Amino acid sequence: MELILAIVIAVLTGTGIYLLLRARTFPVVMGLTLFTYAVNLFLFAMGRIRYNAPPVTNMADIHTDPLPQALVLTAIVIGFAMTAFVVVLSLRARADLGNDHVDGIDKPRPEKELTEQTEEANA
Amino acid sequence: MSHLLLTPILLPALTAVLLVFMARSSLKVTRVISLASALVVLAVSLYFVAQSAAGGIEVYALGNWLPPFGIIIIADRLSSLMLLVNAVLVVSSIAFTFSWKAERNDSLQPLIHFLAMGVNGAFLTGDLFNLFVFFEVMLIASYALAIFGGGKERAKAGLHYVILNLVGSSFFIIGLGIVYGLLGTMNMADLAAKVAELPPEHAPLLAAAALVLLLVFGLKSAILPLYFWLPRAYAAAIAPVAALFAIMTKVGVYSIVRVHGMIFNQAPIADLLAPWLWPIAILTIAAGSIGVLGVKRVRSQIAYTVVISVGTMIAGIAMNTAEALQATFYYLIHSTWITAVLFLLTEVIAQQRGSMADSIVRGPQIRQHSLLASYFFVAAIAVVGMPPLSGFFGKILLLKATPAGPAQVWLWSVILVGSLATIVALGRTGSTLFWRVTEYKDSKPKVARSSWWSMNSLMALTIALVVFAQPVLTYLGDMSAQLINPTQYFHAVLSTEVVSK
Repeated sequence: MELILAIVIAVLTGTGIYLLLRARTFPVVMGLTLFTYAVNLFLFAMGRIRYNAPPVTNMADIHTDPLPQALVLTAIVIGFAMTAFVVVLSLRARADLGNDHVDGIDKPRPEKELTEQTEEANA
Repeated sequence: MSHLLLTPILLPALTAVLLVFMARSSLKVTRVISLASALVVLAVSLYFVAQSAAGGIEVYALGNWLPPFGIIIIADRLSSLMLLVNAVLVVSSIAFTFSWKAERNDSLQPLIHFLAMGVNGAFLTGDLFNLFVFFEVMLIASYALAIFGGGKERAKAGLHYVILNLVGSSFFIIGLGIVYGLLGTMNMADLAAKVAELPPEHAPLLAAAALVLLLVFGLKSAILPLYFWLPRAYAAAIAPVAALFAIMTKVGVYSIVRVHGMIFNQAPIADLLAPWLWPIAILTIAAGSIGVLGVKRVRSQIAYTVVISVGTMIAGIAMNTAEALQATFYYLIHSTWITAVLFLLTEVIAQQRGSMADSIVRGPQIRQHSLLASYFFVAAIAVVGMPPLSGFFGKILLLKATPAGPAQVWLWSVILVGSLATIVALGRTGSTLFWRVTEYKDSKPKVARSSWWSMNSLMALTIALVVFAQPVLTYLGDMSAQLINPTQYFHAVLSTEVVSK
């Protein structure tokens, strides 16, 4: 279980950071979202993984730490709001700047790539 | 006293909500409410400063959950001082918005109060996770403020600012997660106690957490590899917002002092930070100096002086002695207020220059040229650090506090060369704006009285920093002693009492 969780967090973080480094706002927002998921899982895992244990003391001999669950709820809510905001901001930037590049400068793509794409579209 | 401790957080929050609902009322009413609320917070902050100057540390346990379990709000000398610095800034920024006739006022005032709430909360909280929450409150208000007014430049700068800070927030949670996983608490005083008992095999992990948190606070305070968002965001924001943002970098500096100075700077990982902070500080000052010489707009220039000032403060923190901290915080107060003055001053100059705005090119002679030129001269002297104004004393104190050795050689030369670069840059700006002029133009309106009030109050306070240097330095000296030896803080937290109903 620990291994699976660790791998999941690692893959989410890796993909998230890869997407964050892209130049278009959509992948960047996706990357932020994935990274936030990874971070939330990480925070949750910091309370240690325990099965069949209520997050309340005095109810059972084995109980799990309730605090990370409370913390992660807060983090999820904040992350959700922030994602909503960044989506709106990206749309606004798309409208104001005329393209979805994070620097607002849409560089013309190399000709080869364009012809390839038109070929694909034609096919 | 105890319930009063919540005022700097609750009052801005309530005011902001009230102002959101009053969006359709007349500007006069909303502005007066906004200013009145800010003045009350200022008065309360003054009271806190007076209280903590007498040596008291006030702790308030929210919901009567005593530490280490509940969230606590705590006002020691450092928190009270930062509250006061912020409260002054908020009052001035709000006063500056009064002169805007065509302002789309539907959200500016509430956003300013939400920002103030986040900043005050970050200064007051005694809980690490709560610090994160208040950071987010502050940031989301600042995102909206940074792009307030709209336009291409703001959208671009805003996008960078928001994305970078969202990544920063995620790293903040990672740091918090490691700290909680290792130590099992979030209360700062309790954390400090737990770090001392940490088994040595866990020390590397804690060091990693400390450095992740340094990354987060470094992003907020704009130190070297992380400052690239700042000049654009500050130059793009409207003037009162840029002035208000002068406190934002200082929140990062405060957090480094509070979290790293108090929690992480002890037994298993003591002296972890110094080897990082020294080069960062020196390179930040150097990068800021190059930036201040290179940019073509006055606002960007002032933004780069913010970078220089952050580097200077980080150097003071890296020394980690009572003397150095005293100098650092003297410089912090000065730098926050004078930066705000310069941003506001640039705005009124830009308004009178018309389409030239604040670009450093030959333009028309402005209407109130001699008055504004003298004002710019005085503010520039202060920010550069020339006698007889506050910047000079801040820098002199810091240079004096530097321990002898190679660090001293580096810091002295970098700070002095940085000051020289700022003198050259601002001198060129001043001569271009006021002397290399074409025709006289009097069609532009004079500076509004409220804008004068706003700038003059901040300016008078920076001058007061020099005139009343003795009591200010005594306060800061006591504060630094409290920071270097935080036993009083721990004692206050652990002996928190239940608040009577």
